[in-house]
Amino acid sequence: ILSATVDAAADTQGTSAPETVVPSSVPQPKDDFQEELVIRPLHSGDIYASFQFRTLWDTDFMRENKVSHYRLFPKSLGQVISKFSVRELHISFTQGYWRTMQWGQPFIPSPPGAELWVWFQDSVTDVDATWKELTNVLSGIFCASLNFIDSTNTVQPSASFKPLGIGNVTDHSFLRYATLPREIVCTENLTPWKKLLPCGSKAGLAVLLKSEKLFHSSFHSQAVHIRSVCQDWQCKTTSWELRQTVNSVFDLHNSGQAKREWSLFKMFSRTLTEACPLASSSKLYIDITDNPQQFELSPATSLLSQAVVLGDRRTFSVYDLTQETTFGSVRSLNLLIRWKSNEGEMLRPLLHAERYVAGYGLQTGEIHTLMYNNHPYRSFPVLLLDSVPWYLRLYIHTLSVTSKGKDNKPSYIHYEPSKDRVKPHLLEMLIQLPPNSVTEVTVQFERALLKWTEYPPDPNHGFYVGSSVISSLVPSTVAMDTNSTRERPLFSSFFPCKEESSYFVRIYTEPLLVNLPTPDFSMPYNVICLTCTVVAVGYGSLYNLLTRSFQIEEPNPGLAKRIANVIRKMRGVPPL
Amino acid sequence: MGLLSDPNRRRALISMLTRLNAPICVVCYFAGVAWFMGLAFEPFTLRTYMSENAMGSTMVEERFPAGERALATGREFAAHKKKVGGMPVDWLVKNMQDRGLEVFTQSFSRTLPFPDENKERYIVKGTNVYGILRAPRAPRTEALVLSAPCSPGDSNNQAVGLLLGLAQYFRNQIYWAKDIIFLVNEHDLIGMQAWLEGYHHTNTTGMSWSPLQGRGGSIQAALSLELSSDVITSLDLVLEGLNGQLPNLDLANLFYAFCQKIGVLCTIQGKLQRNDWDSVSGYSHAVQTMMLMVMKQASGRPWGDHGLFLRYHIEAATIKGVNSFRQYKTDATTIGRLLEGMYRKLNNLLERLHQSYFFYLMPSLSHFVSIGYYMPAFGLLAVILLLRALDLWVQLNTPPSTTEDGVADIDQVRHTLLSVLTPLVISHLTGVALYALPIRFQETAVEHFPVSETEAVVLTAIAIYTAGLALPHNTHRYYIMSAVPDVRGWRVLKLIAVLYLAVLLGCTALINFSLGFILALTLVPLAAFVTPHVPKVLSAFILVILSPACTLLFSVFFFQELQEMPVSFQDGWLLYLSVISQGILDHSLYGSLVYPLIALLVYPCWLLFWNILFWK
Repeated sequence: ILSATVDAAADTQGTSAPETVVPSSVPQPKDDFQEELVIRPLHSGDIYASFQFRTLWDTDFMRENKVSHYRLFPKSLGQVISKFSVRELHISFTQGYWRTMQWGQPFIPSPPGAELWVWFQDSVTDVDATWKELTNVLSGIFCASLNFIDSTNTVQPSASFKPLGIGNVTDHSFLRYATLPREIVCTENLTPWKKLLPCGSKAGLAVLLKSEKLFHSSFHSQAVHIRSVCQDWQCKTTSWELRQTVNSVFDLHNSGQAKREWSLFKMFSRTLTEACPLASSSKLYIDITDNPQQFELSPATSLLSQAVVLGDRRTFSVYDLTQETTFGSVRSLNLLIRWKSNEGEMLRPLLHAERYVAGYGLQTGEIHTLMYNNHPYRSFPVLLLDSVPWYLRLYIHTLSVTSKGKDNKPSYIHYEPSKDRVKPHLLEMLIQLPPNSVTEVTVQFERALLKWTEYPPDPNHGFYVGSSVISSLVPSTVAMDTNSTRERPLFSSFFPCKEESSYFVRIYTEPLLVNLPTPDFSMPYNVICLTCTVVAVGYGSLYNLLTRSFQIEEPNPGLAKRIANVIRKMRGVPPL
Repeated sequence: MGLLSDPNRRRALISMLTRLNAPICVVCYFAGVAWFMGLAFEPFTLRTYMSENAMGSTMVEERFPAGERALATGREFAAHKKKVGGMPVDWLVKNMQDRGLEVFTQSFSRTLPFPDENKERYIVKGTNVYGILRAPRAPRTEALVLSAPCSPGDSNNQAVGLLLGLAQYFRNQIYWAKDIIFLVNEHDLIGMQAWLEGYHHTNTTGMSWSPLQGRGGSIQAALSLELSSDVITSLDLVLEGLNGQLPNLDLANLFYAFCQKIGVLCTIQGKLQRNDWDSVSGYSHAVQTMMLMVMKQASGRPWGDHGLFLRYHIEAATIKGVNSFRQYKTDATTIGRLLEGMYRKLNNLLERLHQSYFFYLMPSLSHFVSIGYYMPAFGLLAVILLLRALDLWVQLNTPPSTTEDGVADIDQVRHTLLSVLTPLVISHLTGVALYALPIRFQETAVEHFPVSETEAVVLTAIAIYTAGLALPHNTHRYYIMSAVPDVRGWRVLKLIAVLYLAVLLGCTALINFSLGFILALTLVPLAAFVTPHVPKVLSAFILVILSPACTLLFSVFFFQELQEMPVSFQDGWLLYLSVISQGILDHSLYGSLVYPLIALLVYPCWLLFWNILFWK
């Protein structure tokens, strides 16, 4: 059935995403696994590879009798869903920063470091406690420092993070969002992630995920998204969807090749020999929209597919790994891309953003967030979410939003002030970006002086402030596909699309590294000595001088006088 | 502290201090000078050592191969520079882009308060070009900077060539954890100031610049490269930055360590290190090196493009290639390897450079004097002021006991207050005039006198300075009519002046030791001896000789002498005038604090002593 998703290029001009016909007479499999890899040669000369693995399971974790029989769905995550009553869970680990200006928009965006956001079911009574427990469990599953998520870096965004699956939840008290910008992602996070796949890294596309090559890239991001989705367009039944993604960008400069050539083997030091036997669909997409001006592809394939991704109609060559013919006579698929020229301008991303800290010194500073709307004539609204740790004390009265030199009044502001050592600042704003403009959001802050035990082991490195999140519906040049149930390539169907004229984009700014006033920890001894000396000698003697009453001391009276005084005292006369 | 609470012993101590005040002061002064001169003696100094673990133990292997190609690029750059007649912006942008950097430009303009005759510029317009090498898998939070100025004429072409060569080589390496920014700045310090202000989005000096489009997070360290010949004999390290700020000593250690490793001759203040510390010439060599550093630091001006980074808490230094008549030459590949090694080690940093000293003097590149060792020299001078203040306090407190009724007493107090306040206020107003008027009145001066703007500013400054000497005669008019002869007045004024000077010098020395020490050397003796009762003419002469302006004049000659470039009096005077104009320019262009410090605080303080001398 699923092989029908790909149409021959000859007879599909103009139709957008390929269609699947699901005959109602055939019983749906209870669970289903799909895998796909999209490779897009970027204009900067880099290669973007995006893996997506989707497991669909038609079950209800919230039933009274616990789900106990697992086939394709990883049991560890299934138990997490049922135990913590999770409605939706999104977790990503990213090493590096996505360079929107060079690479365009990613299929699935993620901020540097770790990001976790979870919608809980309405049945959860103590969300904070559940959240705490959940982060600890996930920390164990993914071998990451998610246990450092606590109330000081957790926020409840009111508008920016709506559920991506079904269900129209508005009560954001069931939402928790946290980032750890300092988290470093490496092999130990990849291994548990691979174990969640039905085939592990033994077969299918996952054989390419070798850490020695994967961590040799310019950008690496791995994510797990769990949500419930509709099974059919009437949405009578729902099923749980688990999406595991890896996004990486490989730098051709780094590999130090004079002739610009790239192959699967060079990039991953593996070739593909088979699909995962458990997968109902296993495909490799190559973005050939710029072909043949820029590069040539071998072996060539006759299967073409078109899809509307991020407001742009792209053409893909498709290699169906479930077909024997794909692997040819050598029984292995090693794709080769050879560049012909460097020309061609990238479509400028319509929306991008950057952020930096302005000012100098260790007392105050200013956070600048710049948002660029590169659309020539359309303005569109964006939702900006800023979560700033408490030790940067935001002066919210200095908040200013300017576009084209004029004040730009946000139509919605949601601000929750921080509480020292308890919770961070949360600032959400809905801002209209005028066409072809830069909008600058500035807010001043003061750097707090921490208690000496609160500094991390390397305090002079600085303190991280997580990325701002900018979510927007960007006007699309081509009609978007709004039918959510139609079978589409996985990478084009992550964000639900409600209207044809725009598409959803979420971008993250770079995290900030801010230096706080830091005591010289290498000299506690000197400090103790100096303090003690000052207290003992300086303060002590001054205090002594101030409190003592001075009297002129009488010279010691002689013995005769003393005796005389005793007698006079007995007589009741005043002494001499 | 029983000493203070016991009135008898306290009295004894005070009487001893007042009785032996003069000898103790003299001893302190000479002890301070001797201590300072002793700092350059090698057995009294510490060897430099790498404090930062992240840079100390890791080994790096330098492999930069392309020195010749870098020099060729430098020649190409020179040709384009000549063709365009300035910064070849397009060529640089294209070249950096070809090397795989993200390239951005920044344009800036600045009108100087008055024409800079040394560099022949008045209205400055320029463009900075910088390319960012993005580190793989790094979230743009940290960056390192390598900069080379695009200088007029034929200088520094090799530096730009080497910078581009290094960019190309660095781009193909995978180990970078921090973004590296390659910056070519036009109009040396002004361009650098514009770039740094743009990067940090501050505006301290009223320069106009276009905002930067790309950033790399917080800058951890920066090196500025100056190279004007294909081969060099030695590399010179310049550390002194704006307001006498110095980078962390570990940066100097890093440079020294790599010079040792690669086998490049390295100098500081242009002086090679000598091994014969026990000989007289060896010692005087070390003293010269240290004195050069003291003079440069005291000037408060940035001695290289790195100097402006320090304000932003970015450790930075300038590396200068020197080509002299030595036989042993070093080629560009070796310099490239040295820089590669330094950047790889800086790349390894986990934290900002903070482990080592920020306050130090260097008698040679391998030895340093830390703040704990040099501060006593200043302390010995400062204690003189405190002793004099104590002496005056005691004198004021032993009452002349002539007043019987309270009315006269209050009158006396009011009288004293008035007689003290007047010189205080007037001398500070003179200071304000000295600070504000020269630039304001340049146009008027140019109209009425046959001088250029620059000369007008400098000569106005000198004129106001000299006019201040006439003040005592005027200030006395206000209270000379008073019937009661005042004996306490000058003592109160001197007490205030001495304490004022002590606080002033103390604060200055904490920020910029060299400036504080040089000022203390000249101002402390005059503060100690001035009274209305010393011989007027001789004392006035001494006072003028020890005034800040004359100190500056002597410093100019002394500095030239130290650099082994002695000048005639005529040239020295011209140099003196240009130094004053540079000082005023440094203040308005980069925010150097020396000129306002001298004009607003030190000069009025000196005027107070001048007032005391002519007290009636």
